[in-house]
Amino acid sequence: MTTMKRQVKLLQGNEACAMAAIAAGVRFFAGYPITPATEIAEIMAQELPKVGGTFIQMEDELASMAAVVGASIGGVKSLTATSGPGFTLKQENLGYAAMVQVPCVVVNVQRGGPSTGMPTLPAQMDVMQARWGTHGDHPIIVLCPSTVYEFYMLTIKAVNFSEMLRTPVIVLSDAVVGHLREKVVLPDVSEIELVERKKAAVPPEEYLPFKPDADDVPSYVPYGKGYRYHMTSNNYDEGGYPATNNHQVAETLLRRLHNKVEKRRAEITMTEEIMMDDAEVAVFAYGCTARSAQSAVEAARAQGLKAGLIKALTLWPFPREAVEKYGDQVKAVIVPEMNMGQLVGEVERALKDKQACARPLNRFDGKMITPEQIARAIKEVK
Amino acid sequence: MAVHVQDYLRMHKMPHIWCPGCGTGIALGAVVRAIHHAGYSRDEVMVITGIGCSARTNAIIDFNTFQTTHGRALSFATGFKLARPEMKVVVITGDGDGAGIGGNHLIHTCRRNIDITTVLINNGIYGMTGGQYSPLTPPGSYATTAPYGTIEPSFDVCKLAEGAGATYVGRATAYHVALLERLITRALKHEGFSLVEAITQCPIGYGRRNKMRSAAEMLKWQKDHAVDVKAAAAMNPEQLAGKIIIGELVNKSAPEYTAQYKKIVEQAQKEGAI
Repeated sequence: MTTMKRQVKLLQGNEACAMAAIAAGVRFFAGYPITPATEIAEIMAQELPKVGGTFIQMEDELASMAAVVGASIGGVKSLTATSGPGFTLKQENLGYAAMVQVPCVVVNVQRGGPSTGMPTLPAQMDVMQARWGTHGDHPIIVLCPSTVYEFYMLTIKAVNFSEMLRTPVIVLSDAVVGHLREKVVLPDVSEIELVERKKAAVPPEEYLPFKPDADDVPSYVPYGKGYRYHMTSNNYDEGGYPATNNHQVAETLLRRLHNKVEKRRAEITMTEEIMMDDAEVAVFAYGCTARSAQSAVEAARAQGLKAGLIKALTLWPFPREAVEKYGDQVKAVIVPEMNMGQLVGEVERALKDKQACARPLNRFDGKMITPEQIARAIKEVK
Repeated sequence: MAVHVQDYLRMHKMPHIWCPGCGTGIALGAVVRAIHHAGYSRDEVMVITGIGCSARTNAIIDFNTFQTTHGRALSFATGFKLARPEMKVVVITGDGDGAGIGGNHLIHTCRRNIDITTVLINNGIYGMTGGQYSPLTPPGSYATTAPYGTIEPSFDVCKLAEGAGATYVGRATAYHVALLERLITRALKHEGFSLVEAITQCPIGYGRRNKMRSAAEMLKWQKDHAVDVKAAAAMNPEQLAGKIIIGELVNKSAPEYTAQYKKIVEQAQKEGAI
């Protein structure tokens, strides 16, 4: 019997992300310097060659995303990290990855915007950009850590989801979680489940690179092994060739791209429900704001108020079920966000035809929402 | 021995989409023959394109192929090459794709001297979208977006590549197709970044707005304006005005990127894992 080697470490969020990426099997990183995400690139530059991987600093954010997708097409698990302005530039080739079904992970350590905004200060202003930043109806998975440990675990999940579904996954962190140092108990390597994109089992003459299996995910064969196929970001058929004017092919493809995510929705949409059993007021929070929310809920409980927390670890697909089920139990769902109100719209949609109402609580000055602010909002619910 | 280009084509993807008289097919034929002459098998070659007329080359050739976003083919290729250094990576791009929207990536891919062979098909116009001027459109030309003639100077993409550090650079035209094929063959065999500019005719998107309505007229223009690099060495700037210098322009040796990175991996692994 082998003994488990769990490691206790004091880690910065960005450091945990880089370590998780390597643990998840990421062997390619292309990046561009940007605050507050740069540490991830720096650590990858240091550590990737030690495990036989490759780091490259590209000339710009566009190129770094392109290189990440290119390396993944080559069969190597690939990841990049950036922040808001860089995330905007990455949208072009993020869309390519979604369309061409190339697994890859983009970490966005959010800072204050719009534009170059407040480079060193936290924000949660890229929630909608993460969902809709690239043009066209595309599928996307967005995971959001609120602790250093979650940053580690969700980075691994992101790599696994991307491989499983052949789709890009975004880890939407923020400057607080990215730069925070916390004690973390890292799992032993034997406890980390690793997922590889499934490989095709047919001979080259029968292989269609985009013919989906029952799960709507096509099987993969690396290039250079005798399967000479084509891929394009134009609307394509199962053979991977452009079918830019074929309406039937276009509709089928788009449905498949979405269905492969929808079919695994239960597994992908992760939430944590804290003290929700008898809650009369819920706080729905994510990222660094969930930290304040948890303190606020605990403080409210200490004062005899029945408050609970729904912490979203997955933002997209939106975990509507976790909100819906409390829709007639609680009087209100408070949604604190470090933006002018983005995910609150989804909470409102989930509460349609329910008794509870959604109450936005926003702050967008580069300061965290405090537990006191949230506690006050809980008390105000009549 | 003659190469049967058809053997390398995905005939089931025909017909192609290019206009009558287009020079892209001439350049593509040279690429295919050069790959054959350089001795690479279909399976070990990866051909990557971006967007535009040049990007439609790789769907119809029987190699490993993928088409990318506009201008980014070289960046995708850089990632792919680093993931799969054993494969021969070829990028086919155009004047808009490679020198316009992808210009920054061209500079830095040259600078890294990564082993990628780039064939830049320069037809002097954005053909796919119907004839807008590109950064390599000759000044004074007419285009749909330059109805009064272009006032922007064009630039010499081969000089740019040389300045940025490309270790192999050559230029030929569709008229000088035998030279084009030889240059691409040498570029493929060259270790490091190589760029071959193929000047081609676009009678539909460029020619008919610029008093060269037929492909033959445009090919004749190429013949009349091209000067071999050796002959050019003996000519003065006045004699060279308006001419295109063709031939092998740069051929030098410098450390190649993937080989250099391999050394970093070896060094890092020697110093110990995390």
